[in-house]
Amino acid sequence: MSEEHRGIWVFAEVIDGAIAGVSLELLGAGRELADKLDVPLAGVLLGENITHLSEQLIPYGADEVYIIDDPVLKDYRTEPFLAGMGKLARMYVPEIILYGATPNGKDIASAIATDLKTGLTADCTMLGVDIENRLLEASRPAFGGNIMATILCKKHRPQMATVRPKVMKALQPDPARKGMVLKEKLEMKEAEIRTKVLEIIKGPGKSVDLEGADVIVCGGKGMGDEQAFQLIHQLADTIGASVGGTRDAVEARWISHDHQVGQTGETVTPKIYFAIGVSGAIQHTVGMKNSELIIAINKDPDAPIFDVATYGIVGDARETVPVMIKAFEELLRENEVISHA
Amino acid sequence: MHIVVCVKQVPDTKVIKINPKTNTLDRRGVPSIINPYDAHAVQEAVHLKRQHGGKVSVLSMGPPQATAVIKKSIEIGADEGYLISDRAFAGADTLATSYALTKALEKISKTSPIDMVFCGKHAIDGDTGQVGPGIAKRLDIPPITNISAITKVTKDYVELQRKLQDGYAHIRSTLPCLITIEKEINEIEYAPFPNMLKAVNYQPVVWSIDHLEDVDRKQLGLKGSPTVVGKMFAPPKQEGGHRLEGTPEEQVVQLVEVLKEKQYLFHFNKG
Repeated sequence: MSEEHRGIWVFAEVIDGAIAGVSLELLGAGRELADKLDVPLAGVLLGENITHLSEQLIPYGADEVYIIDDPVLKDYRTEPFLAGMGKLARMYVPEIILYGATPNGKDIASAIATDLKTGLTADCTMLGVDIENRLLEASRPAFGGNIMATILCKKHRPQMATVRPKVMKALQPDPARKGMVLKEKLEMKEAEIRTKVLEIIKGPGKSVDLEGADVIVCGGKGMGDEQAFQLIHQLADTIGASVGGTRDAVEARWISHDHQVGQTGETVTPKIYFAIGVSGAIQHTVGMKNSELIIAINKDPDAPIFDVATYGIVGDARETVPVMIKAFEELLRENEVISHA
Repeated sequence: MHIVVCVKQVPDTKVIKINPKTNTLDRRGVPSIINPYDAHAVQEAVHLKRQHGGKVSVLSMGPPQATAVIKKSIEIGADEGYLISDRAFAGADTLATSYALTKALEKISKTSPIDMVFCGKHAIDGDTGQVGPGIAKRLDIPPITNISAITKVTKDYVELQRKLQDGYAHIRSTLPCLITIEKEINEIEYAPFPNMLKAVNYQPVVWSIDHLEDVDRKQLGLKGSPTVVGKMFAPPKQEGGHRLEGTPEEQVVQLVEVLKEKQYLFHFNKG
C-alpha cells in the first residue's frame, strides 16, 4: 500500500453493446465516495469496438474513462480481461475498484484480487467511507440471516467490492458533463488465450423472467409444505404474475432455484410484490425491498417482512390466499365485462 | 482424467440464529454440512469418471471435524480425500484460503497430475465465489465460473455451458482448467451401499503446514487475509407500512379496495 493509490474506479460491464445498468448505478455510488475522498471517479471499459461507450459513462458521473478496445476482448473471458484490468490497475494505481455482482463482474473481481494480492468483499448492499483513514466500508448481509457485516481492507490497495445490482442509485445523466478519455493497449494474442467463446445464447438459459415482471408472487417457508406452495402458483396464474421463492422454499425443493429472490437469487423491482409466508430475512429483502408496492402475509405479527411491506396481513396464508384468489378472480371477471361492454 | 474437487464444511445456514442483542452468530446446535454446491461438484466429477475413467480426489481445508465432508464426498463416489488442517490456516479470508488450497493442489499434482479442478459456485456461509478463480490465477490455469453443463470432454479440452445473467455462453477451454459448478448441473444420486461402507471407515490424508512445500507463512490464515470484519449490525429498520385488520375475508376486501383506488389492478394481466 502506498500514498500514490488514488481514485475510484468502476468496472463498466458491457452487455449487448450497452453499459450494464449496475455499472451506471455504481457510478452513482462511486461519485459520492469520490466526492468525499476528493478524488476522481473513473469508468474502466474493456471490449471490442466499445470506445464510443465512454460517452455513456461521463454523463453518469465519471471524470475519467480508461479504455482498452481490442478484438480479444470481444466476449467476456477471464484471461484477457484480467490481463487488461491488471495492466491498468498497475499503471494507474486506484485506491478503490467497484464491480457489479454479476457473473462476469464477480469473476473478474476474484481474479484481480488474487493477481493484485488485495481484499475483495462480495455482494455488497451498502457502501460507505471512513474519510480519515481512506477506508472503503463495504457492507453485506452475512450468514444468510438478519445481520449485516462491514468488511474493511486496511492495509492493501486497491480496496475492492462487488455490489448487488439494483441496490445503488444511478445519477440523472448530465450530457454537459466533461471527462477525460485514456486509451491503452493490450499486448495479448488470441493464440495465447486458452479459452474460446463458441457461442452466446440469449434467453433460454433462463426460463423464468423475474427481473422483467410487473407482478411477482413469492412464497416462503411459512407455506408449510409443497402442496400448500401450489397456492402461490394459483394466485400467480390468476393475476398473471411471475412466481418467486425464498431461499428456504428453494432449499425445500418446493420451487427451482431460477425462481429464487434475494441475496443469492434475483434482485427484483416489480410494481407489486406479494410476500406470502415469507419471514423477511435480510437475505431475502435485499432482493425485493425496492418493489413499488409490497403486500405481505405472515402468521407472525413480528416478522421483519412487515417492516418493508406497504400492506401487511397477519394471518395464515393457507386461509388468506384462497380468499384472495377468489376475490381477484371476481374482480378480473367484472373488469372483463366492463371492458367488453 | 484426474479431477480434484475442493469442498468446504459449512454451517447449515437454514438453521443459523443471530442473537439480536449482541448481533453475533449463535452456533449452538447448528449442524455442519458439505456446502451444497460442492456436493454437486463431486457428483459431476463422479459422472465424468464413469464416462471417461480416471480418478476423483477431494480437498478440504478446516479443523479435523471437516473430515465429515470428505467422508460425504466418498459416499457420493470420490476415490480419495485430502484435508489440510493447521492452526496457521485459521481465520483465512478468500485470498489466504486460495493460497493454502493451491499449495495443497500443487502437492497432489506432483504424484498425480491434475486435469481439472472443480469448486462449488460459492459456499453458502460466505456466498463469495472468490476462492475458485483465486486458485486458478495462482495455478495459472483458466477459470470458467458458473458452469451449468459439461457438454464435451476430450483429453485436451472441455466444452462447457456457462450461465450468464440472461442466457448462457458455450465455452471451450484447454486442460487443465478450473470450473465452478452451479446446482442445476445434476441431481445428487443416492449413495450406493458400497460407497457408504467405504465412507464409514475412510480416513483422509491429513496435511499440516509442515507437509506443504514452499509455503510463505505470511500469506496464510489471519495474517495473510487483507479483509477484516469491521462491525456487525442489524440492518437499517425500514418504516413498516399499513396493517390490515379483521378476518381473512375483510382483509382481502380492504386490499382489493386499495389496489382499485391506487389503480394497481391494470398490472394484473390475465383472468
